[in-house]
This record gives sequence, structure tokens and C-alpha cells, in this order.
Amino acid sequence: MATQIHQGPPPLPPHGGFGDGPRGSRKRGGESLSTWRYGDRVAYAMCWFCGIALCVIAGAIVLYMAARGLQYLNFTLLSTHPEAGLDQKKTGGFLDPIIGTVLLTIIGIAIATPIAVATAVWIVEYGRPAWLARLVESGIEVVAGTPDIVIAIFGLALFQQSLFAPLSLTADGGAVFGRSFLTAGAMMSLIALPMVFSATREGLQSVPALVREASYGLGKTKIATIRRVLLPSVRPNISTGMALGMGRICGDTAIVIVLLGATLRLESEGGIPGFNVLKGTGSTLTSYVYNNSPAGEGNAPQKAYAAAFVLLLIVVALNFTVDLIARRGSKTGLETGRLGA
Amino acid sequence: MFDRFRAPWSDRRAERVLGALASLVLVIIALMVIFVAIKAWPTLRHNSVVGWFGFGDEVDVQIANQVNGTSGTGGDAFKLNAGPLIYATILTTALAVVIGLAFALFSAIFIVEFAPPRLRRIIVPVVRLLAAVPSVIYGLIGILVLAPFVNDHVISDSRKRSVEYVVQLSGTSLLVATVILTVMITPIMIAIVTDALYSVPKGWKEGAVALGVNRWRAMWTVSIRAARPAIIAAAVLATARALGEGIMLSMVSGGRGFSPNPLDGITVLFEPLRPLAATIVENVESLNAPAVRSSVYAFALLLLFSSLMLSLGGYLAKQPMKKYGIRV
Repeated sequence: MATQIHQGPPPLPPHGGFGDGPRGSRKRGGESLSTWRYGDRVAYAMCWFCGIALCVIAGAIVLYMAARGLQYLNFTLLSTHPEAGLDQKKTGGFLDPIIGTVLLTIIGIAIATPIAVATAVWIVEYGRPAWLARLVESGIEVVAGTPDIVIAIFGLALFQQSLFAPLSLTADGGAVFGRSFLTAGAMMSLIALPMVFSATREGLQSVPALVREASYGLGKTKIATIRRVLLPSVRPNISTGMALGMGRICGDTAIVIVLLGATLRLESEGGIPGFNVLKGTGSTLTSYVYNNSPAGEGNAPQKAYAAAFVLLLIVVALNFTVDLIARRGSKTGLETGRLGA
Repeated sequence: MFDRFRAPWSDRRAERVLGALASLVLVIIALMVIFVAIKAWPTLRHNSVVGWFGFGDEVDVQIANQVNGTSGTGGDAFKLNAGPLIYATILTTALAVVIGLAFALFSAIFIVEFAPPRLRRIIVPVVRLLAAVPSVIYGLIGILVLAPFVNDHVISDSRKRSVEYVVQLSGTSLLVATVILTVMITPIMIAIVTDALYSVPKGWKEGAVALGVNRWRAMWTVSIRAARPAIIAAAVLATARALGEGIMLSMVSGGRGFSPNPLDGITVLFEPLRPLAATIVENVESLNAPAVRSSVYAFALLLLFSSLMLSLGGYLAKQPMKKYGIRV
């Protein structure tokens, strides 16, 4: 490490640094580490160490999952239904969990997007009374910070009310089961909501005021301006938020285990075609991984690795989509809203 | 009939409709607190505060009795000493946040100041990737890779024997739980701190350099200090995330309501434990028993309350940054 550090002056950063004056030559920093105090050199080495360690950890995780995943993954696994059984060779594939993941993600994001966009529009464009706007804004932060397991068992308590009986299975005694794709999707929307909200808000705030003024000048009302001018211009932001939200939904396990029942196959409920699946229970890739890990009952690590690899691919693909959409305008690439923080 | 809706909305109606949708979030939060509190009420009523938060009989035995309906009658049925679970939550969270914060500070400084542009282009997606990896995958790696490794190569047989009359050491432990939790929450902190460091006005740091300090000193004494509110916010939000992590911790923490004893020296790192969120995950199947249901919702209420306080704390901590026109 030490020899590496002494190899000449460190390269200067492109922005925020000291080398980007008119004569931005590399020598202008004039700093060789030998003039630094000992403690500063240690800190400098720590910075390098942490940066490299991040890359190594991420690389190790991805490579290991890829190696294990490719080792166990085959087409049969992707296309057959899971079966109950003790022998790993006879428990089938994970077609149902994949369908479950897709279904749940679509339901969740379909509920979250309109609410999140409406909230963001209201906060940025109207925001009166101010105290309510501030309350709503911090409310969204609260939702973002609420543990998913708490959201999950809140959902269970909520949807077991007889009011919500049409959304899930009702037992003979009149007890509402509260577990279905619809109820799980509704709670999943709470996970995606903050992501879509903050992406949309950022977008709206970065639209220059003169765009709005021009629209008003042409005689458009405020709501017409929002619909015809602002929303179209923040569409990339909304898509970014949606992709991030979908990533969160795909990766969530607690809500699936509590509210989707994490049954092996899709169990439809009721007679209406299409709706019966939504009203029934099922599983997703996350719950499949959990149940097949040594922590769950299945204990089929090979299946767990294969499913986890597919899950990782989906999540990485969604993140890649975010990059494609938001290539422009991002300074750091690490805007806070992107990580759901 | 639908003409009313198809016609252009008046501004007033639009404002009201959008405002109502926005307030939905507040309604949901209120419902969340109310529902969880109602379900937790029997536990709250039948336990004294000191007893519930404190240590007493084996918490696992108490929970098992509640699941089987053998925990006693009347108020005794709800008796629980959740001390070990709360202690485990605090222990894992505090360790992960402290280690993670130091790591995040150095990483953020590296990304903003020292990283060569080519490396920076790699690190930024890497941080995002680490934040996006689902917790169940972290848990899988922990339980299938790290825990067996710790069991086989890190814990010596003599160490296992030294505590075997109290607890079995099997690899799933405080150490593994903390390491993985740290990896999970650090990207969030890096993102917030990096963001804040970038938004510190350039001139401030240049001023420091003009006075003759080196680049590290300028970062440490000026930028980091200016970004202090964001650093606090980062720590607070990461704490909230760590508190609520249930799935991963239920996989790698050992799943035993045990309080690791710091007096055991290094061995404490290898002792199993089970935080609150993991306890909820593991008892989800037995929610039909009234006593355990009430206990589980009481755990949830505690988590909900703490995360609520932390979220609000994070929100308040970020406010000073807004004074400089910095949006975090």
C-alpha cells in the first residue's frame, strides 16, 4: 500500500478540486505526500482502503452469486412449478415465484405511482397550507424509514378487518385471512411510494420557474400547466422512481412472508378468472430463497442460489434501467433519493 | 354522466383532490400506529414497563409457552421479559452504525476527493449495487458462506468448550450479523455524505488550501465539518434501517434469545442473539395464539416508535443544510 501511495502526486479530481483552474496542470497542487503529516498519510491510506474494499466486497458478492447461480441454474428450473418434497432433485423449479414477483411488482407500483406523483405535485406546486405540506413531507420520510416487517404485520392487522374481506380468502367461520396478492401489493406500494415521490419531487423542483410562467402567460390554468407541461417534462424522473421502487419491491421479503403466505405455488381463490389469482396467495423469488435457505424449511441451498441469482439479475437490471433513464443531469450518481435513504 | 370528470378541472378542485391524496400518507401512518397499538394492548396492559424491557426468565421459553398456550392464565399469559431481544437489537445496530459510519466517511472522502476519475466511475455504481442487493441475498451469503467459515476456521474448539454449558457456538453469531449489517447500511450513509460533501461550496475548501493545509486536512476540517448535519442524518437514517432489518438477521444471527455477555471477552463476538425484527419474522406463523400475537405486535410497536423518532430526527438534522441552499 505504502509504495503505491508514493507514486507521484495523486491525480486531481475533475470537480470540487483544486486542479481545475485555468492552468489546471497536475503539478499545481504541488503536493507530494512526503510533506504530509504522518496522521494525514494514514487517513489518506484509509480512504484508499475503504474505496477499494467497497469494490472488492461488491465484486465478491456478485462473482460468488454468479458462479453459484450459473452452476445450479438451468432452464428446467425456470420453467417448472415447485413441488413439495424433501429431495432437492424432486422439488421442481421456481416458475411460480417468478410469476409472483412480476405480479406483485406490477400491483405495488401501480398503486404507488399515482399517489406518489399526486403527492409530489401537490407539495411542489400547491403546498398550502404550509404546515400540512411539511407534515406530509416528513410523513413520507417516516414511511420510508418504517421497517418492512412492521409494515407487513400492520397490513395483516388491517386487511383482516371484515371491511377488506373481498380482497382475500374468508374462512368458514367468517375470519378474514388477509393474505393475498392484493393485500401484499397494497403494502408493497408503501415501500415504493417514497422512491417515486422523491424522484418526482426532484424533477419538479428542477423545472425552471419561467416554464410555468410562460404557460400561465399563454392563459393556461395551474392544473392545465401541470398536466400538459410539468408532468411530461418530469416523465424521466417518474420512470426513474418507478424503476427504483420496483427494485425495492422485488427485493422485499418480509411483506411476502407475512402477507402473501409464501405458499409454494400460486393458489387461486374464488371464481372470477384473473381476479382469483390476485385474491389468492403465492410466493416470490425472495420468499423462495428464504424458504430454501437453511433458515427456512426447504433447506435446498442449490435452489436458493439459483433463485437468488435470478433475483440479483432482476435487481441489477432495474438499476441499469435507472442509469439509462437518468444518465443526464446527475452530478454524483449517488443522489440520496436513489437509495431510499 | 362522466362529462363532469372529463371536463377540465378547475384549479380549486385539483388542489383539493391532490391535497387529499397527499394527506393519505398521514392517514396511513395514523392507522399504522393505531392498529399496531391496539393489537399490542394486552401485552402493554399486563406487563410492567420495567419487567417488559428488563431481563428475567428465558425469553425463548416464554415465547414458546405463549405459542403453545401454556404461558399461564389471565394476565400471566402475556408475561414477557424482552430484555435480551432489545439488547440484541441495540448491540447489532450500534456496532454496525459505528463501524459503518467510519467506513462511510472515509469512502465518501475518497469518492469526492481522492479517487482517480476512472476508479470513481466504478465506485459509484458499486455503492448503488450494494444498496440494491436484496436483504435475503445478504442473508443467504451469511448463512451459507460466512457462518460456516466462522464456525470452521475462526472459532476454536477450546472457545466452544469454554461456553458450552451456557450456549452453543455455531457460526451464526453477533460477528456475522454485524459484518453483514454493516455492509448493508454503509451504502446509504455513503450516498448521503457524498451528496453533502459535493454540495459544500468550493470556495470554503479552497480557502483552507490557500492557507496552506493539505487536501486531507481541507476535507477533514472544512468539508466534513460543514457537512455535519448530513452526517448526523446519515447515521440516524442508517440506524433506522438497521433496527428494522428482520429477514437477514433472522437468517444469520443465530436465532436464539440470548444476551451476549461482554465479560466473555472475544467470545462475545461468536455468541448467538436475536434482535426484535428477527423475532417478529420467526413468529409470524404463530400469530393465531393471542398471547404471542400481542407480544409480536408489541415488538412491532417498539420498532415503529423508534423508527418514527429516528425518521423525524433525520428530517430535523437535515434542516440546517437547507439554510445554505443545499438539498440533501
